[in-house]
Amino acid sequence: MPKSIKVDVLARVEGEGALYLNFKDGKVADVQLSIYEPPRFFEALLRGRRFDEAHDITSRICGICPIAYQMSAVHAMEDAFGVKVEGQLRALRRLLYCGEWIESHALHVYMLHAPDFLGYHGAIEMAKDHPAIVERGLQLKKIGNEIVELLGGRAVHPVNVCVGGFYKVPHKRDFQHLAERLKWARDAALETVRWTASLAFPEFEQDYEFVALRHENEYPFNEGRLISNKGLDIAVREFDDHFAEQHVAHSNALHCVMKERGAYFTGPLARYNLNFDQLSPLAQAAAREAGLPPTCHNIFQSIIIRSIETLYDCDEALRIIDEYEMPDVPAIEIQPRAATGYAATEAPRGTLYHRYSIDEAGLITDAKIVPPTSQNQKTIENDLWHFAARYINLPDAELQHQCEQAVRSYDPCISCATHFLRLNVERT
Amino acid sequence: MKKIRKLKLAVWKFASCDGCQLSLLDCEDELLAVAGAVEIAYFPEASSNYVKGPYDLSLVEGSVTTAHDAERIQQVRKQSKALITIGACATAGGIQALRNFADVEEFTRIVYAHPEYIRTLSQSTPIAEHVKVDFELRGCPINKQQLLEVVSAFLHERKPNTPPHSTCVECKLRGTVCVMVAHGTPCLGPVTQAGCGAICPSYNRGCYGCFGPKETPNTASLSQQWVQLGVNKEAVNQAYRSFNAWAEPFRKESLPDA
Repeated sequence: MPKSIKVDVLARVEGEGALYLNFKDGKVADVQLSIYEPPRFFEALLRGRRFDEAHDITSRICGICPIAYQMSAVHAMEDAFGVKVEGQLRALRRLLYCGEWIESHALHVYMLHAPDFLGYHGAIEMAKDHPAIVERGLQLKKIGNEIVELLGGRAVHPVNVCVGGFYKVPHKRDFQHLAERLKWARDAALETVRWTASLAFPEFEQDYEFVALRHENEYPFNEGRLISNKGLDIAVREFDDHFAEQHVAHSNALHCVMKERGAYFTGPLARYNLNFDQLSPLAQAAAREAGLPPTCHNIFQSIIIRSIETLYDCDEALRIIDEYEMPDVPAIEIQPRAATGYAATEAPRGTLYHRYSIDEAGLITDAKIVPPTSQNQKTIENDLWHFAARYINLPDAELQHQCEQAVRSYDPCISCATHFLRLNVERT
Repeated sequence: MKKIRKLKLAVWKFASCDGCQLSLLDCEDELLAVAGAVEIAYFPEASSNYVKGPYDLSLVEGSVTTAHDAERIQQVRKQSKALITIGACATAGGIQALRNFADVEEFTRIVYAHPEYIRTLSQSTPIAEHVKVDFELRGCPINKQQLLEVVSAFLHERKPNTPPHSTCVECKLRGTVCVMVAHGTPCLGPVTQAGCGAICPSYNRGCYGCFGPKETPNTASLSQQWVQLGVNKEAVNQAYRSFNAWAEPFRKESLPDA
């Protein structure tokens, strides 16, 4: 057994961080997921800004999931002002989220994650041997972006969302071309489920506490109660009673833990386990065909679940477009008041919580943002403890690769959680 | 015939949201062609294959906010024949440059329970304040077509075609009715550099300046116009303080006594 393994830069994650594994006497001695992406102080710089600027400012936390930030921010403001966006405007927001999930999931499945399973450095290298697969992934991703562009004006940091609705809503006819494209995408997503299910997965099941939104009659995007498989069932505004952020020395991202039970898990795997029954019949059937039961505890299989969610998104987007009627007004009127508002929505990589306090003038006096990756940090570290302990006899290069793969399975967004992953395995 | 060596491209990240480098991966129809035309030698977000420098072209995303990054950008420059900054963070310091107007220790205390763990500089600064930059591509985020244009121009050793005029010209080109004249909507278009295609006005909203100041912008006159539209002076100043707040014309116009 060699003394140490070192990887300076972990690739194919969003942002930058470091990972340290230390071994002593043939056992795992320490694991640290160290995020040293420079802090950007969003919660501080939001103070004094107008309530209707929060969603455009916070979208700059993450270029991969700007919709998630926009959605959590506007829903928190609407919660503060006692307003509920219903009907077609609500449906359009779901559609917008479908676009972001398709884009983000296709990026992760095809470009960040699949190269691990097939033994490539990245999708561009993979394209040389598997051009049709990579091309399918790129086109799927593009269709996700097309939804965001149509509703939002551009793919990264779209401009059309506002508190109360949108600046401008599309005509029914604007969706014609997109609907045709989505039918292709739905087939491509189904192919993606079949393809990802055929990959080889390390055996690694953990007893996670899954946390996700749960809505009574739909797969969760913007609304619902926060529930878990171990008894949590709370309204979003009770978040701070049950969760706490810890500041640890080795990370510029706060670790969010559940006060009662510590580490928990948010993201596609959690959503799937807690909301399987809300997936569309097509998505459920695809899961069954892929041999994936309604509960899954293997993080490496998250690639199949992202594919199933992508299929659901195509299905749901087509349903929304089919039922769409252009609303009379693009947004409902907003009267700001002094209040505190709370919202959690499901970003592609997990639950994103926002809380804002607003004064009488409509200015933000306090802001709190808890991104998915900071919630998962502790669970990622736990996984690495267990994974490295179980597979300690693997050759170094192989163990290192699988540890990296485990981290990538979470689709960590370190820009969100604050950036650079460095893997450094030491054995003494 | 002598085999032509492919140019080596590197993509670097500093303090940023990842959105500008993602724009490269968002070129779904062109990405494989780009990969055929250049050697993508260092791009951790896309590939774990790291080819050592020197590089012919470095694309730099993000601003400098830590002492470590101030050192790292020097290393990047040394390894790069040409260096192009992509986006508002790298070109103007980004939204995180709002700290430059505030007390950064206070900012750290607001966000972190143990401020002593945090190492950060008091200012977020654009790359050009640290090293020579060969070209600055604007936008929060950049426009991916402009990115392709800049990379292609570099490959063919010509000047990139990125118009320096205002967003107003883009509204005229796409036939968007002026939101400020027709609807009284405050708009930063007259002082903002073109490049996005004037998206916001086409969605019935005023431009919020994410491409930063155009050449010789008349910000004072525009601020006056906003006040006439009923926006209070504080809110006018605030409007300049967003994604390009540290770009000089916006910085100056945002000061309380401007």
